[in-house]
Amino acid sequence: MLSAKFWRDNSFAWLLLLPSLVFLILFTFYPIGKTVILSLQQSDLAAREPIFIGLDNYKSLIGDSIFWKVMTNNFWFAIGTIPTSIALALAMAVFANKALRGKGFVRTAFFYPNVIPMIAIANVWLFIYTPQYGLLSRAMKYVEKGDLNWLGNPDLVMWALIVMIVWREAGYFMIFYLAGLQNVSPDLYEAADIDGARPWLVFRKITFPLLMPTTLFVMIVALTNSFKLVDHLFIMTKGGPDNASSLLLYYIYEQAFAFWDLGKASTLTIVMIVLLLIISAVQFFWMDKKVHYE
Amino acid sequence: MKACIKLIGVTLIAASFIAGCSNAGQNNTNKLPASQTNTEGNAEEKIELTFYYPVQVGGPLTATIEGMAAEFTKQNPNITVKSVYTGNYSDTAVKTQAAVQGGTPPDIAVLLANELYTLLDMDAITPLDSFIDKDPDDTYVNDFFPAFMANAQTDGKTYSIPFQRSTVLLYYNKDAFREAGLDPNKPPTTWDELAEMSVKLTKQGQWGIEIPATAPTPATWLFQTFALQNGKNVMTSDGKQAIYDTPENVEALQFWLDLSTKYKSMPKGVIDWATTPSDFLQGKTAMMYHTSGNLTNVKANSTFDFGVSFLPKKKQYGSPTGGGNLYIFKGIPEKNKEAAWKFIKFLTESERAAQWSIDTGYVAVRKSAYETENMKAYTTDFPEALVAKDQLQYADSELATHNVGKTVKALSDAIQRVVTGNSDPASALKQAQEEADKALEPFNK
Repeated sequence: MLSAKFWRDNSFAWLLLLPSLVFLILFTFYPIGKTVILSLQQSDLAAREPIFIGLDNYKSLIGDSIFWKVMTNNFWFAIGTIPTSIALALAMAVFANKALRGKGFVRTAFFYPNVIPMIAIANVWLFIYTPQYGLLSRAMKYVEKGDLNWLGNPDLVMWALIVMIVWREAGYFMIFYLAGLQNVSPDLYEAADIDGARPWLVFRKITFPLLMPTTLFVMIVALTNSFKLVDHLFIMTKGGPDNASSLLLYYIYEQAFAFWDLGKASTLTIVMIVLLLIISAVQFFWMDKKVHYE
Repeated sequence: MKACIKLIGVTLIAASFIAGCSNAGQNNTNKLPASQTNTEGNAEEKIELTFYYPVQVGGPLTATIEGMAAEFTKQNPNITVKSVYTGNYSDTAVKTQAAVQGGTPPDIAVLLANELYTLLDMDAITPLDSFIDKDPDDTYVNDFFPAFMANAQTDGKTYSIPFQRSTVLLYYNKDAFREAGLDPNKPPTTWDELAEMSVKLTKQGQWGIEIPATAPTPATWLFQTFALQNGKNVMTSDGKQAIYDTPENVEALQFWLDLSTKYKSMPKGVIDWATTPSDFLQGKTAMMYHTSGNLTNVKANSTFDFGVSFLPKKKQYGSPTGGGNLYIFKGIPEKNKEAAWKFIKFLTESERAAQWSIDTGYVAVRKSAYETENMKAYTTDFPEALVAKDQLQYADSELATHNVGKTVKALSDAIQRVVTGNSDPASALKQAQEEADKALEPFNK
């Protein structure tokens, strides 16, 4: 049978893991389990005690037009923010890496949006987008007559949010790219220089491929972030007008804490978890093969 | 070494158990008066009340509330009020209901008057009738304005006491009226006049009127003004039916839309609730629909001569009431309930209600508050403070139904769809009616 040493070593390992395990179970596994159960129940104001209803919550989502609108919004929001903020982050990182003078200032300036609290950002941008005397409206007056109600128009509100998020995320991702750039060996650039390669070619053949691991990481973060946005919506639009700016997490919040429909909120949460799992899995297992690691 | 590891392990396990279980036990331990053990020398037991309150309008109201709580303890040394500032109304609702579901309700809270059915469905609040009946002062409840009590009573029972209440007012810029050649003492009194005057008041850099439509409540609250003026309220008084899809309501929503599309005297799209007062104060709009709760703010910050008036009528004047009531919760000891009732009576004493109204701009909730010297002196100086009170005779309760989150959302989505030009009033209201019916179905069985 197993020796005393085996038990001693193993229990020691478990003891060391215990603190993290306790927290993981308490704050991750237990809530997920509870959410799964709740998603199979009717638990709203009409039911004082939760009633088991099987997959009815999931079925009703299929017929819920607002749910599909929210998913579509989220899709366009992801398409609008992720590539732009990543491209911008890369450009900014390359620039901040090369900047000869004021390196510190450039980096701080780019990263600054991430230092400001979310709610403050939302209020600042609420002011920027205010019709008539908002910053953007004033600027627009010089170009054309435009006095656009950015947040009050369903066709514009998503663009307004996308611009704001790109502004915030790009600086954040830049930090990862900067770290990535520091890891690229200078020898490669020297060699390229001796061969007389032009900057664009150097970027395409050396910098960009070697940054692929960073890009993969940043993409996963960006995708999850695009589903996680909620704070700004509270301050700026409340998901409106007519749900035009509602995103998945805001919709979940609304179901849970404005309507007290905990069953539906749990169902939506499960949908979100599954979606994020699929996306991360695809990125990890499929894209990872295409990434070049040194 | 080994002993040390064992100790750490045991402590951690114990700690995690305590963390996990404390919720269940808290309810009982928390609510016991802290000083139950040192009863000697104390004739009365010490009681600690937890009081959740929101602040929804500008101004240092937290200080005012803390001051009132301290004053109350001075008068009742055995009762301490622990006042907890809980954000705006929706934050307060979330925190309160989370506390209720966690088994540790506050003793008393200020929540929106239209949360009544939600709180009843959650079985969270205590009816106040036994306190009212026992009270030697039997005029107390009748002294409140009936329009405010409408949201506090259902099924013949009283569940809450009005505290910080409001109606919608028309604010107008008298200087702008003069510039446009209008009589600054004659604000519009009918929908037609409103449309006509707002057109005259519109010029480069200045809109005639702004009516905010932020989701969910500002949109539905302001829509109710038009619905009431054109007929009747948007729900039944038992909270079981929503009445959205009527010809009168379609006409009402059409008028709201016309202001921006036909008369072009209001900005298109959804106007933000929070920035509307700034627009008014900055002279970007000559008139606005906004809560009377903003009166003190506008008075303090306007650089021009302004007036307030009843909302213009169609068939009649009309405005929904709004704002918060005081609720006492279930699942707290009987003596806490009694202390909470005492605190409610203290907060709504005529003098204090008058002062609260002067400080905030909310309507004083009791008729007798307007008889106090303090209020008389204030309103002689500033008669605008009486408009909201006078409008009360035409007021009715705010949209309150079972499942109110969903019924409000159905209507506010419809309104936003219309004012953003994505639907016509008739089909938008029809859809809202269907959604609301679905949300109310379980309560009509």
